[in-house]
Amino acid sequence: MEGKRKFIIWTVIMLILIAVFSLVALCVGQFSIEPARVFKELTGTAAGEKDNVRTVLFNIRLPRIGMALLAGAGMASSGAAFQSLFGNPLATPDTLGVANGASFGAALGILLGGGQMEVQLVALFFGLLSVILVFTVTRGMGGRSPSLLMVILAGMVISSLFSALVSLVKYVADPQDVLPVITFWLLGSFSGITRNAIMLSAPLILAGTVMIFLLRFRLNALSLPEDEARSLGVNLRRVRILVIAAAAMTTAAVVSVCGVIGWVGLLIPHISRMLFGNDNRLVVPASVVSGALFMLLVDTLARTLTASEIPVSILTAVIGAPLFIILLRRTGGLRQ
Amino acid sequence: MSIEICAGSFAYHKGKNVLTDVSLYAGPGEVAAILGPNGVGKTTFLKCMLGFLPWDRGMTRIDGTDIRKIKGKALWRKAAYVPQAKNTAFAYNTEDMVLLGRSPYLGDFSVPGKEDREAAMEAMEMAGITHLIGKSCARISGGELQMVLIARALAARPDILVLDEPESGLDFRNQIAVLDLIRRLCSDRKLTAVMNTHYPDHALRISDQALVLMGGGMHLQGRTKAILTREHLRAAFGVEIALQTERIGDREYSSVIPLELLDKNESLFS
Repeated sequence: MEGKRKFIIWTVIMLILIAVFSLVALCVGQFSIEPARVFKELTGTAAGEKDNVRTVLFNIRLPRIGMALLAGAGMASSGAAFQSLFGNPLATPDTLGVANGASFGAALGILLGGGQMEVQLVALFFGLLSVILVFTVTRGMGGRSPSLLMVILAGMVISSLFSALVSLVKYVADPQDVLPVITFWLLGSFSGITRNAIMLSAPLILAGTVMIFLLRFRLNALSLPEDEARSLGVNLRRVRILVIAAAAMTTAAVVSVCGVIGWVGLLIPHISRMLFGNDNRLVVPASVVSGALFMLLVDTLARTLTASEIPVSILTAVIGAPLFIILLRRTGGLRQ
Repeated sequence: MSIEICAGSFAYHKGKNVLTDVSLYAGPGEVAAILGPNGVGKTTFLKCMLGFLPWDRGMTRIDGTDIRKIKGKALWRKAAYVPQAKNTAFAYNTEDMVLLGRSPYLGDFSVPGKEDREAAMEAMEMAGITHLIGKSCARISGGELQMVLIARALAARPDILVLDEPESGLDFRNQIAVLDLIRRLCSDRKLTAVMNTHYPDHALRISDQALVLMGGGMHLQGRTKAILTREHLRAAFGVEIALQTERIGDREYSSVIPLELLDKNESLFS
C-alpha cells in the first residue's frame, strides 16, 4: 500500500505541473501574453472586444496545448498497452504499422494538394487500414485464431510496405515545394493546429485512451503466456481486439493531426515502469499524465526555442534520451 | 467436485494420435498424477483436458458436465491452472500476481476490489507465502515463484487444481513443500488436483489416481498403488527399476530406483 500512496502523491504533483505548465505555455510564444490577461480570458471575465490576443489564445494556443496533452497521453498509454499485449518491452504504438500507414495517407494527401482536413482524413483512413490489413492477412492462415507472433510479423510487413510507399510519394513529390512539406510533416509538429483541426481527432484519442485505461487490469493478464491468460478466464480474442482497436485508433488519430511523434510510446511507459513497477493499474495512468506533461514541455520548447519551429520528433529524442538515461541510473533500471 | 476425462483422443496431425481414448477420474479430495516419458503427451493431455486444445473425440467433465458447455469465466472459477514456474517479460509483485487469480470474477473493464484483495491474501496465507508480499516475482526463487502461482490459482477459490509439473526444477526441499501443500489442500479442503510429473516417487507420495502414458497410444489408468508397479514403470520408461517401500512411523514411503536402460525395442507389450 506504500507504493499506492507514493503513486497518488506523484499523480497529484504531475497534474499540478500540467496545469502550471499549460498556463505558462498559454503565455509564451511568438508574442507573449501577460498571465493576468490569460487568467481573465480563461475565466471569461475579460473586458473589451475580440482582438488578436483572444484569437491567438483560443484558436491557436489552446487547441495546440490541448492536442499536445492528448497526443502525449494517447501515445504513451497506447505504448504501454502494446507492450503488455505483445509481452514485449520493445513494442511501440507503431508495432502494427499504424504510424506508417497514416504517414503514407498524409504524404499522399499533401502530394495531391489536399487541405488540412483532407490530409487528416486520408491519414486516418490509411492508419486504420493498416491494422485492418494486418488482421486480414493473419485471418486466412490455418483456420484457427492467429498467434500473436503472426500478428507482429504481419504488422512488420504491412508497416514496411507503407514505409516504402511513403518513400515512393517522396520520390515523385516536387522537391521545390511539396517534398519539404511532406518531410516536415513526417517529423511531427503541432504547428498549424486550429480548433477545427482537432475536432475530428480529439474525440478518437480521448476514446482510445479511456478504453486502455479501463482495460488496465486486463493488460496484466494479457502479458502472461497465452494459456495462462486464458486460464484466468480472459476472453483473449475479445480483449486483444479491444486493445488493438483502442491503440490503433489513438495512434492513427494522433499521427493524422501532428505527424509521426517518435519515442513517447516507448519512453514514457518505461519511465512509469521504473517508478512504479509493472502493474498496469499504475503504469497506464502514470503514462497518461507523464506522457501529457512530456509532450506539452516538448511542444512548448519546439515553438519557443528558436525563431522557427523545431520538429517534435527531433526534440522528443534529444530531450527523451538523456532523461531516460538519468532515470535508468537513478532507479537501477527496469524493475524486474 | 470431480473431474473426469472420458475417452479423450487428440492428434496434432490427422492419423497420428498423440492420445487415444485416454480416461482419468479424480474425485473430491483426490490427487491424480500423470506420468510418462518425455514427449509422450503429458502436457498435451493437460492442454486438452482444460480446453486449450480441442479433444478430437471424448470430453472433459466437471461433476458430469462437459466443460465445453460451461461458459468461460464460470469454468475458471471451478478449475484453476498452475503453469510451470517461468519468468515472463514483465515481472509483477507477488501480491499483484496472486490478485490476477481473481480475473475470472472480473469484467474486462473492472479492477479488483476489497473482496478480491481479501481472497488473494487468504490464498497467500494458504500457500504460506505472506512473507513474499512486496517482492517482485523476478527476485524470488523458483520454489517461491511456484508457490506464488499456486496461490494465484487458489485466489479463484477453485474446486479443482490442474498443475503442470509443479515440482520440476525445484530443489529437494521445495519439491516436498510443493507436494505436501497439494496433498494438504486436497485432504483438508477437499480440492481435486491433477498434476503432471516426471517423478514416480512423487506420484507414489501424494496421488490417489495415476495415469501412465506409454507412447504408441497406450496408457494405464487406475489407483496409484495398482498402476505404479515395477513392471508398469519398467515398460513405460524402458528402464530396469527396483521399487522399495519403507515404513517410517505410521507412513509408508516408496522409492523408485532406476537401475539401467532396457534394450531400446524391448517392452512388455511388444
